[in-house]
Amino acid sequence: MSTGTSLIQIRGLGKVFKTDVGEVNVLEDINLDIMKGEIFGIIGMSGAGKSTLVRCLNFLERPTRGTVYFDNQDLSALSQKELYRIRQSIGMIFQQFNLLMQRNVLKNVCFPLEIAGVRKKEAEARAYELLELVGLSDKAKAYPSQLSGGQKQRVAIARALANNPKVILCDEATSALDPATTKGVLALLKDINKRLGITIVIITHEMSVVEEICQRVAIIDNRRIAEVGYVQDIFTKPTTEAARRLVFPEGGQVEHFTSSRCCRIVFDGSSSFEPVIANMVLEFRQPVNIIFADTRNIDGKAFGQIVIQLPEDKLAGEKMMAYLQNRGLTVEEVKDFV
Amino acid sequence: MFDQATLEMLGKGFLESLYMTLVSSALAYVIGLPLGIILVVTDKDGIKPCVGLNRILGVIINLLRSVPFLILAITVIPVTRFITGTSLGPTATIVPLVIGASPFIARMVESSLKDVDKGVIEAAQSMGASPFEIIYKVLLPEARPSLILGAAISVTTILGYSAMTGFVGGGGLGDIAIRYGYYRYQTDIMLVTVALLVIIVQVLQEIGMKLAKIGDKRK
Repeated sequence: MSTGTSLIQIRGLGKVFKTDVGEVNVLEDINLDIMKGEIFGIIGMSGAGKSTLVRCLNFLERPTRGTVYFDNQDLSALSQKELYRIRQSIGMIFQQFNLLMQRNVLKNVCFPLEIAGVRKKEAEARAYELLELVGLSDKAKAYPSQLSGGQKQRVAIARALANNPKVILCDEATSALDPATTKGVLALLKDINKRLGITIVIITHEMSVVEEICQRVAIIDNRRIAEVGYVQDIFTKPTTEAARRLVFPEGGQVEHFTSSRCCRIVFDGSSSFEPVIANMVLEFRQPVNIIFADTRNIDGKAFGQIVIQLPEDKLAGEKMMAYLQNRGLTVEEVKDFV
Repeated sequence: MFDQATLEMLGKGFLESLYMTLVSSALAYVIGLPLGIILVVTDKDGIKPCVGLNRILGVIINLLRSVPFLILAITVIPVTRFITGTSLGPTATIVPLVIGASPFIARMVESSLKDVDKGVIEAAQSMGASPFEIIYKVLLPEARPSLILGAAISVTTILGYSAMTGFVGGGGLGDIAIRYGYYRYQTDIMLVTVALLVIIVQVLQEIGMKLAKIGDKRK
């Protein structure tokens, strides 16, 4: 968990790309603090500028305005040589893995060590250690083309860890993987974060990835940060349009159900696991219509929400809401909940 | 079929052709490979963009490449004389061959290197690799199979050029084909020289393709 000191500070960052048809504003006035030891998500629709933002964190893209402080060093003030050096403590993994196809797995993991000037023997010993960590010791002599997507990403993670980085930047690292493999890779990242204390920054367009492992998340929308906060807060009470779109991607489809009185029940991780809706129906002997339900398991607790259509009888509706509130749930009447 | 002297002449021509081709190819790579690397690296999307240098180099290469080889060979005769002391024979022919083939090789190398996945280059940059490290640790090794195939094409093209220099007294099989086959209507000798050239091309191309395949770890 976060220890309170920030590792990466983004200050007033803006990025403008010059193209043949003029200037394109990709990022505007981004301010963020990423804490030491946390898993931080940056989520947004495609084209929102998140990939550019993550490349600004290691200055693969130089910001047009503003700057980034990494471990209290202003990256924009560094010489090219110093920048090469500091990049050795910023690991990065990619959607397409980006392994060297003509090198075997072991040599791929050795690659960043070669750049850092580590001697071959030590580099190989370290590479074997890392392959052990990601569970691929038996593939050391295999070539990337012989591996599955999940295995390739594990090699990429081992490679990113080689120089003992302070942070690993993940650019859509699971977007090319199937759900089961995604889970495995995320579990590995979580484990690395816990065991080695390495900060992880995850860029994704998938809310499920953020829910799975991030503690805090920034929602980037239309070139700007729309919302930053703890995942459970944003998940239960999204305050911006962009956040709602990501939390309820199916939202638009249920709008026509909301003609009469509805009530939204929020599970914020504090409620017990009793079948609360069923019990309520049994007690009041009046049916309710579940028109939206999306509850998920985050860190072992139930988060999410259910929207129910209350009976036409106003008094019964009030009583039901009171019943739910007594069960420790956040309940609110909604006209158009999306 | 042929007398001893003719056979010896053909044998000598064969060796001269090989000599011209291989030495010229090696020297042309010494010039063309760095040029090709510079073209890729200084491109506006390259790892060390330098649009001015890239443009100038591109124009010079295109100029050299648009001059027909035979014209080029004649034009550079003073240079050839200056370097080798003569404009005749296989060694002298190496000079125009190198000048003619280097820009071609630069373009072949450029196209091979441009095929290297941009993502892999970006990954190397993210690890703090310098442009120089990216060139010799990423670009060249990753493009190796394509570079070898390109070399097979380049070498066989240079062999073709070397045969052309027969018209200006260049030596080798081309020289024999022109002197005996063309000027003296000895069709049989011409056919044999052409057959020998075909064999050389076939063998070089096969070797290139085999080498490229052995070195390629993508499948």
